[in-house]
Amino acid sequence: MFGKLSLDSIPYHEPIIMVTAAVIGIVGALIVGLITYYRKWGYLWSEWITSIDHKKIGVMYFLVALVMLIRGFADAIMMRTQQAIAAGGAEGYLPPEHYDQIFTAHGVIMIFFVAMPMVIGLMNLVVPLQIGARDVAFPFMNNLSFWLFAVGVILVNMSLVIGEFAKTGWLAYAPLSELKYSPGVGVDYWIWALQISGIGTTLTGINFFVTILKMRTKGMSLFRMPIFTWTALCTNVLIILSFPILTVTIALLTLDRYLGMHFFTNDMGGSQMMYVNLIWAWGHPEVYILILPAFGVFSEVIATFTKKRLFGYKTMVWATVVIAFLSFTVWLHHFFTMGAGADVNSFFGIATMIIAIPTGVKIFNWLFTMYRGRIQFTTPVLWTIGFIITFTLGGMTGVMLAVPGANFVLHNTLFVIAHFHNVIIGGVVFGMMAGFTYWFPKAFGFTLSEKWGKRSFWCWLIGFYVAFMPLYALSFFGAMRRMQSYEQTEWQPLMIVAWFGAVIIACGIACIVIQLVVSIRDREKNRDLTGDPWDGRTLEWSTSSPPPNYNFAYLPDVASIDSYWEMKQQPGGFKRELATKFEDIHMPRNTAEGPILSLFALLFGFALIWHIWWLAGLGAIGMFVTFMFRIFNNDTDYHVSAAEVEKTEREYHKRLEIQA
Amino acid sequence: MLQGRKAFLHWGREMRKRNSLKYLSVMTWLTVPLLLSGCGSALMDPSGQIGQGLKSLIITAFGLMLIVVIPVIVMTILFAWKYRETNLAAKYTPNWEHSNIIEVFVWAIPCVIILFLAILTWQTSHSYDPHKPIASEDETLTIDAIALDWKWLFIYPDQGIAAVNELAMPVDTPVHFRVTSGTVMNSFMIPNLGSQIYAMAGMNNDVYLEGNEIGTFRGRSTHYSGAGFSEMLFDAHVTSDADFQAWVDKVKQSPKTMTFPDDYNDLAEPSIANPVEYFSQVSPDFYGDLIRSYKAGQGSDSHGEHNESQEPSMPMSAQAAE
Repeated sequence: MFGKLSLDSIPYHEPIIMVTAAVIGIVGALIVGLITYYRKWGYLWSEWITSIDHKKIGVMYFLVALVMLIRGFADAIMMRTQQAIAAGGAEGYLPPEHYDQIFTAHGVIMIFFVAMPMVIGLMNLVVPLQIGARDVAFPFMNNLSFWLFAVGVILVNMSLVIGEFAKTGWLAYAPLSELKYSPGVGVDYWIWALQISGIGTTLTGINFFVTILKMRTKGMSLFRMPIFTWTALCTNVLIILSFPILTVTIALLTLDRYLGMHFFTNDMGGSQMMYVNLIWAWGHPEVYILILPAFGVFSEVIATFTKKRLFGYKTMVWATVVIAFLSFTVWLHHFFTMGAGADVNSFFGIATMIIAIPTGVKIFNWLFTMYRGRIQFTTPVLWTIGFIITFTLGGMTGVMLAVPGANFVLHNTLFVIAHFHNVIIGGVVFGMMAGFTYWFPKAFGFTLSEKWGKRSFWCWLIGFYVAFMPLYALSFFGAMRRMQSYEQTEWQPLMIVAWFGAVIIACGIACIVIQLVVSIRDREKNRDLTGDPWDGRTLEWSTSSPPPNYNFAYLPDVASIDSYWEMKQQPGGFKRELATKFEDIHMPRNTAEGPILSLFALLFGFALIWHIWWLAGLGAIGMFVTFMFRIFNNDTDYHVSAAEVEKTEREYHKRLEIQA
Repeated sequence: MLQGRKAFLHWGREMRKRNSLKYLSVMTWLTVPLLLSGCGSALMDPSGQIGQGLKSLIITAFGLMLIVVIPVIVMTILFAWKYRETNLAAKYTPNWEHSNIIEVFVWAIPCVIILFLAILTWQTSHSYDPHKPIASEDETLTIDAIALDWKWLFIYPDQGIAAVNELAMPVDTPVHFRVTSGTVMNSFMIPNLGSQIYAMAGMNNDVYLEGNEIGTFRGRSTHYSGAGFSEMLFDAHVTSDADFQAWVDKVKQSPKTMTFPDDYNDLAEPSIANPVEYFSQVSPDFYGDLIRSYKAGQGSDSHGEHNESQEPSMPMSAQAAE
């Protein structure tokens, strides 16, 4: 009846997990209770859960990402604590059984459920506004993407309390992830969480690719697009090209585990080298899926706050395109030590280094944007400057790893860990935090507390260096990644320093939370009615904050790169004048099919993990029926009447006048 | 290297100009000397010629990149400070967005550095190819390294002996490690001696290493392989020729034998922190038999298309990955 699932699947004997589960339960019950008390379920359902508004979907992505950042960080601090203790024969407080799940969960959560939703959340919020569109190309698909992603999040978190998570490392290398070596449900949780959320990501990629290509406003040629939109375009091309590889790879592993096939097994003709190649053929472009939009954020931030045009716009665009293209030619640098010959290794090593050229050019272009500017040291700018320095160092260690000879001794050591945190924290996290601070007022109509934002930045920056510089150093002494314990007591002092660094980062995360709380408390004081708190350059700042659901009462005309900035420079400046005549606006309707289909996907995934076949069948049928329902549903759009648009716009202008 | 240190000094000075960055510079001071001095460090104070070569490769690559990294960091701090909003004396050109000269430089400098690095990469990838035999007057010793859950089995095919979690090799003598796995993927490495290589079941991988200093070095699996991974360690004794012979004789005293597949299957049962074991006799072509066992499929239900695996040679080397 319940497949492999029984009451024994719940790890009662693990106090850490039980306490965590209890806390999650209490907080969850509190939230549910408050929503019920304030009768907000209807509001949540109609305004958020079923929403196809790209701005709200973006906000939901980012919110989930922030929550998961805390979960992923909890894993991180547990690992650091373990390594700070488990020296010279000491076993620490986490047995391998638990420690191995934690480092796997940390990697999976931070990449798939923190970095990805931050990137996709920002794209959702910003891209349609930047290109002067009223929504994305496929609004239903956008809602579905979010909820499929949410299913992945739910499955990963379920694994904490029901059963176990994978003990394989975040990429679940075969044959360790095969049934023979990982008989538990951990790898199955990994499979279905990634498979279901990965399909959501692929849909997002298609959605935004089409949106950017087909829905730009009048006059916005490709080379007038804001640079963030350009990086989003490249990222979505990468998603479309690479995520199917992940889907297929995981599907083949699924066939091995569920149907006894032999794609990646040791024997019967299986090839583990094929698995490693395939997973990195997706995995390397994935790195650029994350970093390119961060590059886009920095470009926007630096141009806005230096009050200056971005230096070398065209170069920036071409550098982005070149990086996107090259990202498919370097996957083998993740396993030079597999034993390929010198020619192959050289090819991939040199291809990797070539990526450093356009990346270096981008860094110089940001520098020359600062040059002869008027830099305002706002929080986003601090993140940007912190990024330039940190990312440059991370890029340098990356090129060191790209030299096959050096890689033969640095591979699998803590050097690799320090390197990719150097670029992911210094690049992606800093970028997303810059974007978060920069575009928050666009989403909510008030700015975030600068004081707490800056505190968060300093904690993250200092914490990063304190946590990861020791790991670079330790790697030269032969310290490996994924060690649950180690013999050398002389490594312990640096491990403790690294732990301390993680604590500083914890303060940084706490500052983000406080920043949110304080800013919401002081929202009236920090209210921005103009919709343009930073004196911005691109179209998203030309509309109100938060924008009405149709974004623009009239679609803007674009004549240059920084079109909104140019409008403001016209004699007389840009005036937020009320239009004299309004017209009906064609908009998509909210949808219940997205969340319902995803709910069935959750049942389907959970049932397959636990081999509850009848439930899996039910989930599959439910998904199919919901999908059919959607297909034959013709009532998917409506018109916002001219009168309603006029009412909305008049209210906004009234508020503007009151403020003036 | 000295240049690098000077550059860091300079960087340190730049950092201290800004009070708020003080802490950062302190951290840099703490870690950089550690990186460069390499006192007691496996990678920066290696005991084998391969490790020596790779050490200088790492330092060269590091130094080459500092040529561009240091100016970038200095420029970042300098520009950020000079063009701050409150410094109205600084020039402000809001519409300046292009300069051919700067474009040429920002493309050319990284290109030139990468060109040097690419040449270095091509050369060292070939000279330090793990599969490349080490030229020496001494005859190369062959040791088969087999990763198991969670221990290393070392077989000396020419001496007809085997050991678990311990190996000995004569000093200044090239050793040809043939590396495979009887379980999941692992990676064979003795950090003090140099390169690592993946151990994969059914595949014959190899790495040539040489110990040039007498001593005992810790070797390990570097590629995560499950619960016992952290303790999948072994001692590599680099010894004089006489001591090596003494070690071989000691192993030959052992009553235990290592036959394939019987003794092997017993040993292959998972164990963590397995004690050192010696085996005085080993089945002929143990290593080949183990690899071939994967080709045939491990059951009686092997498919017809795997018949090629009956060939005596090792059918699939890791180089097939190319």
